[in-house]
Amino acid sequence: MKLRAWILRLAGMLPGSRRARERELAAEIDSHLQMHIDDNLRAGMTPAQARREAILQLGGVEAAKEAYRDRSTIPFLEHLLQDVRFAIRQLRKNPGFTCTAVLVLALGMCASVAIFAFVDAALIKPLPYRDPSRLVGVFERVAMFPQSSLSYLDYLDWKKLNRAFRSLDAYQHTGFVLSTPAGGQPVRGTLVSDGFFRTLGVAPVLGRDFYAGEDLPSAPRTALLSYAAWQQRYGGKPDVLGRTATLDGDPAVIVGVLPRDFHFAPAEPAEFWTALHPSNGCFLSRGCHSLDGVARLKDGVSVQAALADVTSIARELEKQYPDSNRGQSAALLPLTEVIVGDIRPILLLLLCGAGLLLLIAAVNVAALLLVRSESRKREMAVRTALGASSGRLIGQFVTEALVLVAGGCVLGLVSGRWTMQLLLSLISEEMLARTPFLQGLGLNVRVVAFAGAVSLLAAALFSLAPCLRIRRSQTREGLAEGSRGSAGIVWRRLGSRLVVLELATAMVLLVGAGLLVKSLYHLMHVSIGLQAEHLVTMDVMAPKSSYGTDAQAIALGRQIVNRIGNLPGVRSVGFTTNGGPLDGNGNTTWIRVLGRPWHGEHNEMPERDVSAGYFATLGAKLLRGRYFSDAEDKSKPHVAIVNQAFANHYFPGEDALGRQLSYLTTPPVPIEIVGIVEDIREGPLDAAIPPVLYFPFNQSTDTYLGLVVRTSQDERSLLPALAATIRQIDPGIVPISAAPMTDKISDSPSAAVRRFSALLVGGFAVLALLLGVVGLYGVVAYSVSQRTREIGVRIALGAQRRSVYRLILQEAGWLAAIGIALGIACSVAAAALIRGLLFGVRPWDIPTLAAVAVVLGIAALGASFIPARRAASVDPVEALRAE
Amino acid sequence: MGDKADVWQGTLALMVLKTLETLGPLHGYGIARRIEQTSGDLLSLNYGTLYPALLKLEQEGAIASDWGVSENNRKAKFYRLTRAGRKQLDKAAMNWEQTTAILARFLAPSEDPV
Repeated sequence: MKLRAWILRLAGMLPGSRRARERELAAEIDSHLQMHIDDNLRAGMTPAQARREAILQLGGVEAAKEAYRDRSTIPFLEHLLQDVRFAIRQLRKNPGFTCTAVLVLALGMCASVAIFAFVDAALIKPLPYRDPSRLVGVFERVAMFPQSSLSYLDYLDWKKLNRAFRSLDAYQHTGFVLSTPAGGQPVRGTLVSDGFFRTLGVAPVLGRDFYAGEDLPSAPRTALLSYAAWQQRYGGKPDVLGRTATLDGDPAVIVGVLPRDFHFAPAEPAEFWTALHPSNGCFLSRGCHSLDGVARLKDGVSVQAALADVTSIARELEKQYPDSNRGQSAALLPLTEVIVGDIRPILLLLLCGAGLLLLIAAVNVAALLLVRSESRKREMAVRTALGASSGRLIGQFVTEALVLVAGGCVLGLVSGRWTMQLLLSLISEEMLARTPFLQGLGLNVRVVAFAGAVSLLAAALFSLAPCLRIRRSQTREGLAEGSRGSAGIVWRRLGSRLVVLELATAMVLLVGAGLLVKSLYHLMHVSIGLQAEHLVTMDVMAPKSSYGTDAQAIALGRQIVNRIGNLPGVRSVGFTTNGGPLDGNGNTTWIRVLGRPWHGEHNEMPERDVSAGYFATLGAKLLRGRYFSDAEDKSKPHVAIVNQAFANHYFPGEDALGRQLSYLTTPPVPIEIVGIVEDIREGPLDAAIPPVLYFPFNQSTDTYLGLVVRTSQDERSLLPALAATIRQIDPGIVPISAAPMTDKISDSPSAAVRRFSALLVGGFAVLALLLGVVGLYGVVAYSVSQRTREIGVRIALGAQRRSVYRLILQEAGWLAAIGIALGIACSVAAAALIRGLLFGVRPWDIPTLAAVAVVLGIAALGASFIPARRAASVDPVEALRAE
Repeated sequence: MGDKADVWQGTLALMVLKTLETLGPLHGYGIARRIEQTSGDLLSLNYGTLYPALLKLEQEGAIASDWGVSENNRKAKFYRLTRAGRKQLDKAAMNWEQTTAILARFLAPSEDPV
């Protein structure tokens, strides 16, 4: 019954029903009076008396009607609707103000919504596993790598001996050649142990998970498909189950499809997830580390306790197998860290940047609203005088703020959605493939809730300021003619504070952007030990079945160098095996220096097996000795080239050339150092270069080659010819990725991440500068308009134009100076927080601070010059007559 | 709406419902007169307050209304009790009787000596 009444009252608010109701009530009251008058007449009253008595008995007709009205609608909503309608009318009457406020708000909203969506996708949205907080990444730990891969045999022992994990599984990100009717095609995939998906708590949407024991060499090969691979390669048809995919020449039966929202960033991109088949050499050697682990902790076991457990296991293994396990400890990380640990600081930085921009936008709009409330002082006073309660007036301001903010919010959400797509398109495809969690990016409930919360905060801020003013201002004062004195000063003080806040915030953003740009510049100009221009890289994979022996691989290498070397424009060709410059770890090896005492320690370093022409093609600088010759194969003495870091580390103050190294074999096989090259960036641009060992390819062959080609033409035009030539040599050889070296450098994660953040923070900073300067302009212009009379009097009394300029510019100059000083303090503090992203520049970089201060100062001066000129050109007669 | 108004509103609603049950369909003026007459001169009813109360009852579905013609050939809006209204009346009357009975016992002079 209550509900029915509320619905009827809600319906009663419709405009049509209101008119009908009023008419009906009037008719009813009319009939009531008529009947009463009839009765009174019959009782013997005179017509006038009868009428008077009936009206008296009815009581106040208007009061009854009022009560009736309140009863027939919901008064609170009715008032709100009136306020909203009035607010919209008010805002429409002043389109310049409304557009500016809504656009500025939408700008701030758009930036923060877009960035928040990234933060949400990466950091807030839970990972698509069961109870992800109980999952940890499991690694070994060695001096060179805080998280290094596990060897298969170590993994088996850890799995067997641990008491901390409910389950432990392993994965290895890899590449396959998929046989298709059109020839071999490179695809990426991941080898996993049988319980991998059960540990994560993920079940296939189609088909089945791997059986226990399906990862043993004896089991038939099987694979699960990623959802995307199922859609793109198999048309999303359910008959994919049972079909065979030939990966690296081995047929694997497809037994299932993974869920659409499944992702596992450390092993992606991956289309085929196959069960491990630990049959090849690496899996049989305890010293060959190729697997990463993921484990689910037992209930009540903390990460620390689990780490203590696996560390003790590692220590036992170290004792048991000193040859292979010396120095191999353990490392555990929450899985969230493994997945988003790298990206978190950048996203938080960007969120802070967007937040600051939003702050400036909000402060700007608040200042606009203050000016407006100032000019509506009379309106408010009149309404108060007519009996509006202060609650109703505040309600009006709140409603206006809400309407403004709602407009800004909707516009911000729409443009934010568009901005997200724009930002995504700035991220390279390779990077996106490695951050699969970003694919869930969009306007979801959390993002909209964030926008709503921000809007409410903004609305609160916007309604607060005018409300404070209402309390302060007196009706009489507001109504009084020419009351321009005190209130203007109050506003000017508040407005100036807001502007100082804006300028300081803009300064922080500008300094942040400046430091990031400078870092990026340093990074792009870091010495990489090679000449990147006119250099093309291409990885190719040859089938092991045809090129598995040394002789076959050496012949292939010579043929490739020959054929590609004969392409027009190609000046030289070389290749490496374990990843080229910037590729990161690659393989590492253990060596000892012959002729020095050795107690079994593992000196670990990256190893590269390179062709004779490799260094010359890169344009590396030979410091001492010679390069490899093509004739150096296993029949010749073993030789090596080392980088400068190696020479400095192992032979400080000595000549490394001619010294002998050896693998940790017994008896040792001597390897002579025949050359020393200047350090080449084998890892990320922002990391120190470790000692690196180069061996001749002909003494250590492989079927995965990283070609480098120096050309005299445009790099890009060479790419198709390269791939075609490789296919001509053997259609079974698959070109995997090809790119100019310059692209590889600028797309490398350390550079790409900094470029992305420098670009965004730079964009925020430019907008912040614009808004801050506009804010300053607004304050000064308002102050000038308030002081027109005063300036007129000054001029009339003989003040020079110059002194008027000085009056105004001084005021603006003070604001700018305080803003900049505050900004410098805040930016040094803020820059210390992003120290991790800076490269080659300190947080208190004086040139950046100085440059930003100058830019801001000039912009501020420019913004205040316009109102200053207006002030100086005030006509005293006009100014005095105006009021 | 304070507590007093609520009690009054509730009582007025009960009187309206009872009037309609006794007399059948009736217009606002008739209801007002009847309430006044029944209460003797003890209750002075401001006729105007009746109409919001009638609206509330109608919104709650306890009564329904139609325009008709009065005994003196005047156009008037007639209210009648609905089935839900009858139930509400029974319940309210019972509650009221209980309340008054309890209060009566409290207010009666004490009979059993302690």
